[in-house]
Amino acid sequence: MHEKGLFMWSKCAKPGALALVGMLSGAVVEGPLVAVAAEAAMPANATPALKRLTADQFRNAIEDIFGPTIRIGGRLDSDVRKDGLLAVGSSTISVTATGLERYDTISHAIATQVVDEKNRETLFGCKPVNVTAPDEHCAREFLSQVGRLLYRRSLTKEELDTRVQLAGEAAQTLSNFYSGVAMSLAGMLSSPNMLFRQLETEPDPAKSGKYRLTGYSKASQLSFFLWNSAPDPALLSAAGKGELHTDKGLKQQLGRMLNSPRLEQGVRAFFVDMLQFDAFDTLSKDATLYPKFTAKVPAAAQEQTLRTIVDLLLTQEGDYRDLFTTPVTYLNRSLGALYGVPIVSDLPNGAPDVLQRHVYADGDARAGILMHASFLALHSHPGRSSPTLRGKAVREVFLCQKVPDPPGNVDFTVVQDVSNPLYNTARERLGAHATEPMCKGCHKIVDPIGLAMENFDAAAGYRTSEKNQRIDASGELDGVKYRDAVGLNKAVHDNPAATACAANRLISYATGAPVPRNSEAAKSILEAFSKNAFQWRPLLSAIVTSQLLFQAPVQPQAQQAQAADTSTRKDISGESK
Amino acid sequence: MSIANGGTRRQVLRGMLNGAAIAIGTPMLDCFLNSNGTAFASGEPLPVCFTSWFYGLSMSPGRWEPKTVGANYEFGPELAQLEAYKSKINVYSGMKAFLDGTPPTPHASGSQGVLQATVTVGPSPDPSLDQIIADTIGTRSRFRSLEVCSAGTTESLSRRSASVSNPSENSPLALYARIFGAEFQDPNAADFKPDARVMVKKSVLSAVSEERARLVRQLGAADKARVDEYFTSLRQLEHRLALQLEKPAPLAACSVPGKIQEATVGPVIEDVKVNHKLFADLLAHAFACGQTQVANVNFNGALSPVRQAGSVMTFHVYTHEDPVDHELGYQVNAAWFSKQSIDAYLEFLKSLDGIREGDGTLLDRSIVFASTDGGFAKTHSLENIPILTAGSGGGRLKTGIHYAAKGDPVSRVGLTMQQVLGVPTDNWGTKSNNTSRTITEVVA
Repeated sequence: MHEKGLFMWSKCAKPGALALVGMLSGAVVEGPLVAVAAEAAMPANATPALKRLTADQFRNAIEDIFGPTIRIGGRLDSDVRKDGLLAVGSSTISVTATGLERYDTISHAIATQVVDEKNRETLFGCKPVNVTAPDEHCAREFLSQVGRLLYRRSLTKEELDTRVQLAGEAAQTLSNFYSGVAMSLAGMLSSPNMLFRQLETEPDPAKSGKYRLTGYSKASQLSFFLWNSAPDPALLSAAGKGELHTDKGLKQQLGRMLNSPRLEQGVRAFFVDMLQFDAFDTLSKDATLYPKFTAKVPAAAQEQTLRTIVDLLLTQEGDYRDLFTTPVTYLNRSLGALYGVPIVSDLPNGAPDVLQRHVYADGDARAGILMHASFLALHSHPGRSSPTLRGKAVREVFLCQKVPDPPGNVDFTVVQDVSNPLYNTARERLGAHATEPMCKGCHKIVDPIGLAMENFDAAAGYRTSEKNQRIDASGELDGVKYRDAVGLNKAVHDNPAATACAANRLISYATGAPVPRNSEAAKSILEAFSKNAFQWRPLLSAIVTSQLLFQAPVQPQAQQAQAADTSTRKDISGESK
Repeated sequence: MSIANGGTRRQVLRGMLNGAAIAIGTPMLDCFLNSNGTAFASGEPLPVCFTSWFYGLSMSPGRWEPKTVGANYEFGPELAQLEAYKSKINVYSGMKAFLDGTPPTPHASGSQGVLQATVTVGPSPDPSLDQIIADTIGTRSRFRSLEVCSAGTTESLSRRSASVSNPSENSPLALYARIFGAEFQDPNAADFKPDARVMVKKSVLSAVSEERARLVRQLGAADKARVDEYFTSLRQLEHRLALQLEKPAPLAACSVPGKIQEATVGPVIEDVKVNHKLFADLLAHAFACGQTQVANVNFNGALSPVRQAGSVMTFHVYTHEDPVDHELGYQVNAAWFSKQSIDAYLEFLKSLDGIREGDGTLLDRSIVFASTDGGFAKTHSLENIPILTAGSGGGRLKTGIHYAAKGDPVSRVGLTMQQVLGVPTDNWGTKSNNTSRTITEVVA
């Protein structure tokens, strides 16, 4: 050991090498730069200026820019839910060290595929003079085009020069033009200009002293809202020409975007977020108790709901409220087995288990998206249903009403004994628990909703009894009484909070911030939604044309003044912190 | 060198890339170990390692506390399995987290009190204990910290700020690839050749630093801080690449673990224990090979979803609904799960203790700080939160002591850990969770 050490000593103590290493490590070893500044208290209606792309947005952008053949393996940094949406959480998160490590790995993998022999023909408009050497002209052409799509704006001359220079140096070192470009491209893919989208402002020529979003920022707002992806070249080009600042130009792009096949991707993304499907990542059902809840069910269950939504809202141009009552849905054989609905496929044996349109008969216990496994199973325990979790989810997800967490020091003694012969059903167990005064308040607004779904077990299978006792599925929602889940569906359908919730969530999804109380703009959007028979495209349109989407973030100087002004109120403005 | 000088840095690198022969070395002092493997040849001891080991849902009040106080204490029934390690373990009892009027968030407020010395609704802006310590002891290793969760999820209690929660790796295979994959440099390898691709990658990252100025010019303070968090992450990545260009200092106890088999990742307790042990061994090897000095282990999740195969009840549901047995005086099923947590902690200690370094073991130069989310899960109580530490951190901590307090802030333990590990601070926390009272009884 000692001898080896001495050998190493002589090898690594060359003065020249030490100097070099000194420079190297001096450049990188620093303490953390971040001392998180006291968060500037933002006014409640402020538009967040900086959002981190969600994992899906990153994937969609890559696929839209480079085509679906590019594989994006690996897990990206996780998203955070705030005020009911990941889209709002994206205005608060950054990139962790582990996350950046992943983006870096994925970026190099993507860049390597983009320049490989299969893809370079289609993705490069030029060829290098010599493959084994740098080619500034071709690198510049490629990187400027791709850079514009990735950064969602034109690159500055300086930015492009740096990228081209890096590609050249790397090509020299690696003796390959394409490897050089791939290195430079990978840097752009994990750059903050790619991973964050920033709302940039400029003085508004129409209103002296005011600021407006730049055309490119408007393009990103539109595109991530409607398509959940980066702007396409046509939208960027309209932005570059200033067309998004005119009513005519904006309407033209809006019309094009609403009728693009990409709209479906955007609508799906909103509902994946609103319905909290990210929770499926950690959903687990006990295989012994629910053998039909196979490994394929979670994906199929989400797809069932999304197909039902897209069909009703986009294809049929139907009424949003009918999502709660529609007998039309899409099932495959796995879901059919779970629900007890025979799904016959005339596809050859071994063909993929695709979803087919299915219409429930009148009076069937299952109708509407609340009776999908994507709701019933997601809001249950691994081994049993939970009227409380389901009722809470209806309130929070579909009616936008926050149910408080249980208080500290709760005594669960009353419900603790699940083997007590006096309490066979969930209704009886919860009934006993909800006599506790401190628990009563919340359970009263939650349980009558969830108990109406007790005919469905934790894996969404139908049942009429629990421990041989007939299930009583009656209940009440905000004064409307019903006998079973079908009645609950109708009560949610007719509840004005349901449509207000959808509109507000969508506004919040678009802007990345909660909708301020008493917002006039939100009120007119809701009116427009109602006037247009609660159709989805008109709602999207109303949000875009309301200008809420294009509201300029507060300027930093103004923000600082505001922060100083509101610092004494910091504790009560918790929501906006 | 600051970010503003990124251009200069890149020029340095460019110079390197264009230079034909590149000689790389490490500073002399780190180059070799002394003959018994307990220190570098300079006499500088091997670095201290810190693990924040978390388990959800606590234990049974009255059963985990040692029966006696001070040195040579006697374990209560729920820690009895740790007997063989008692001389290396401290137990801290009687300490709590304070709400100060903040509404409690069940299964989160308690761990905030322990790990961040504050209680907030939603994520707190304050860094967690492991990150504070990593900023002092972990800046020179390849990974500033490593996070794992064996309950199947990526849940992590390690935070740099409200906007940065360090996600856990939930697959041991993925962790293996991350530490011992292609980029791993065996510190004991005979030859060393810096990789040209790594140099190019590093130069690409340096160029990204130049993008900061344009990004932040229109941003307010909070968003600027988020962008800077990105750049902090970027510098850690650059730092890692820089290390790959250096010949690492040999470490006698370092060996590369054999390739591992992927186990089932999920919440069934049998799988959780298997994965936890795989993680424990990987982290022990990572410490021994100088890859990191700080780790976070989340054994079963704060709102623990773990359960036995075929059972309808999760640990979490048991804590609330399992009756207190009239004769035994505790929740039998919940206590069974708590026992799994302490068994796992023991396994973690065994993994570290199994790596011999001279006369001692890796555990001796470590501190494994075990904490949970409350005192009594059944009622979401924040009183009497159990804390354990194992290892002396290379002689910095006295061990074999039961320290019993009476209603003190639990942040006292975290403050003491910071101080023995060299964090220059004299107090920690907010409002009633703030403390400047070191537990001097355990400071060596």
